[in-house]
Amino acid sequence: MILFKALFSKKSAIISILLLVLLLLLPQFLPRFYTYLFAMIFAICLLATSLNMVLGFGGMFQFHHTVFYGFGAYAFALFVTKSGLPLWIGYVIAPFCSALLGLVLGLITVRLTKLYFGMLQLSLGSLVWAITYRWYSFTGGDDGIHGIPIPDLIGSSTGAYYFNLIVTAACLLLMYIIVNSPFGRTFQGIRDNPERCEAVGVNVQKQQLVGQIIAAFFAGVAGTLFVTVEGSVFPDLMFWTFSLEILIMCLLGGWFIFMGPALGAAIIIMLRTFVGIYTEYWTLILGIVLMLLIFFLPEGVLGLFLKKAVPAEKREG
Amino acid sequence: MEFASNITLAALFQQILVGLSRTTILFIVASGLSLVLGVLRIPNVAHGSLYMIGAFLAYAIATLFGGGPSGFWIALFLAPIGVAMISFIIERGLFCHLYEREHLMLLLFTFAFTLVFGDLVKLVWGSDYRSLSAPVFLQGAFSIFDFPFPRYNLFLLIIGPLVALGLWFLTNKTKIGKIARAAAVDREMVGAIGINVSWVFAAVFVIGCFLAGLGGALVAPTQNITQGMDHAIIIEAFLIVIIGGLGNIWGALLGALIFGLTDSIGILLLPQFAIVFPYMAVIIVLVFRPKGLLKSTW
Repeated sequence: MILFKALFSKKSAIISILLLVLLLLLPQFLPRFYTYLFAMIFAICLLATSLNMVLGFGGMFQFHHTVFYGFGAYAFALFVTKSGLPLWIGYVIAPFCSALLGLVLGLITVRLTKLYFGMLQLSLGSLVWAITYRWYSFTGGDDGIHGIPIPDLIGSSTGAYYFNLIVTAACLLLMYIIVNSPFGRTFQGIRDNPERCEAVGVNVQKQQLVGQIIAAFFAGVAGTLFVTVEGSVFPDLMFWTFSLEILIMCLLGGWFIFMGPALGAAIIIMLRTFVGIYTEYWTLILGIVLMLLIFFLPEGVLGLFLKKAVPAEKREG
Repeated sequence: MEFASNITLAALFQQILVGLSRTTILFIVASGLSLVLGVLRIPNVAHGSLYMIGAFLAYAIATLFGGGPSGFWIALFLAPIGVAMISFIIERGLFCHLYEREHLMLLLFTFAFTLVFGDLVKLVWGSDYRSLSAPVFLQGAFSIFDFPFPRYNLFLLIIGPLVALGLWFLTNKTKIGKIARAAAVDREMVGAIGINVSWVFAAVFVIGCFLAGLGGALVAPTQNITQGMDHAIIIEAFLIVIIGGLGNIWGALLGALIFGLTDSIGILLLPQFAIVFPYMAVIIVLVFRPKGLLKSTW
């Protein structure tokens, strides 16, 4: 209980619980399409938040985060279609596969900093994409894998909704605890002043490596959630433009706020779905939105809202 | 597994020549990226889009002039200039207000252009394949060791060093080049001397994007001009810049050589996964020299 009090202000706890209850009730009133859409949004919310854990709180230029997401989704899909073992084992194993990839890529990339780090990660992630794209016999190449059997309990649109909601909520809570743990605080220290952290005795590279592994793990969880909703995987899941779209979600929501990226993800997915009905030039609109955002709203939607609603001295840095 | 079973000396030699001509394109594009990165510190993701626009413009201009040999040369001349003009407009109109922002914002801003350009190209040219044919005397092939070697690739092999020399001359022997290099190291100091740094940046950005357009125009006769060619080249250019050292022109040349050659020889060894070889080279380079082979400007 003390821990709980230390972590949550009363207001944010109440808002979170209300939101959760609302979302739990929602499928009773929503048409099927929207349950599907929301289930997808939950997966992307988790992905964006896991990216923000290293980006906004760790200050790492994680330019190719969706490679972990796609890797988790593929690991899960391949496990389900090829192994014949119970489904739940796949849900457990896939995130660890992503974490392993995070370790391998991280070992190479954390030696570099900032822009170098980001560009190298972008390139190495693209290698993973290229291998997935070409390896027809194993990953299905550019067709991907379709019709992955998910039992109706969690595979139907309502089932997927509840499953994704619960897993996402649990993971968000876990990430919130991590961000506010001593580890997370050190991470934010590195973001604000890596030299000083180094001088104080923090092993910056090791910390960043661990951060990347954790973020990759949660991205992997998001990948399995995607498969749960969609029942298929394809190489575009780990294409680099998708990674930058997730970055846009973080920016849109506000990346110094824990729930910002989730909000950004929800907004972007909704926009894409509804704009996509009217025009095929969705990326053009996304590009223009992004430009406007960078010029006029660099703190994001939630950032702006909090700035208006909460006086400056009450907000945490 | 047919690993390495089809390698003969002649095939190897031919692949090296092909790799070298591929290197030319990679070098021209990557050096532009490197220049912008080194001086302006913008990781310009839209560089690949400008390359694609260069190719499409070359196609459009050549078609406009009847598609004959003169059309090709005019396109080769005008398409990069067109790309340079586009880049000038976006730099003066938008980028120049954002130089104080952090790298991440700049990167996302250039990504916004990638998105917009991608759809604009689709709007203007549709999503069909386009192709551009080189003038007759550059078509066909020489035979080297009984293997055909396309004449156009030889043309590329001549252009590449010319561009490298031109860039070297520009950055080392001209006043603007010297100012630009100084601005890369310390922009406040250059500004304090009374030089308008903002316009220096504009010039560097336009030259960098000109190179992207030139690369696109040059590659147009060798492959299908299509949506998505922007996404492939930008990752390769990033890698090349990383191997070479950010902002170093010779590093870009070295990186392009490593990338082009490992890629083309890799095709002989393991056709399906040839793409793995350049990446392996990059990883090996970075294990030993995390900041790239040559000295970076920052």
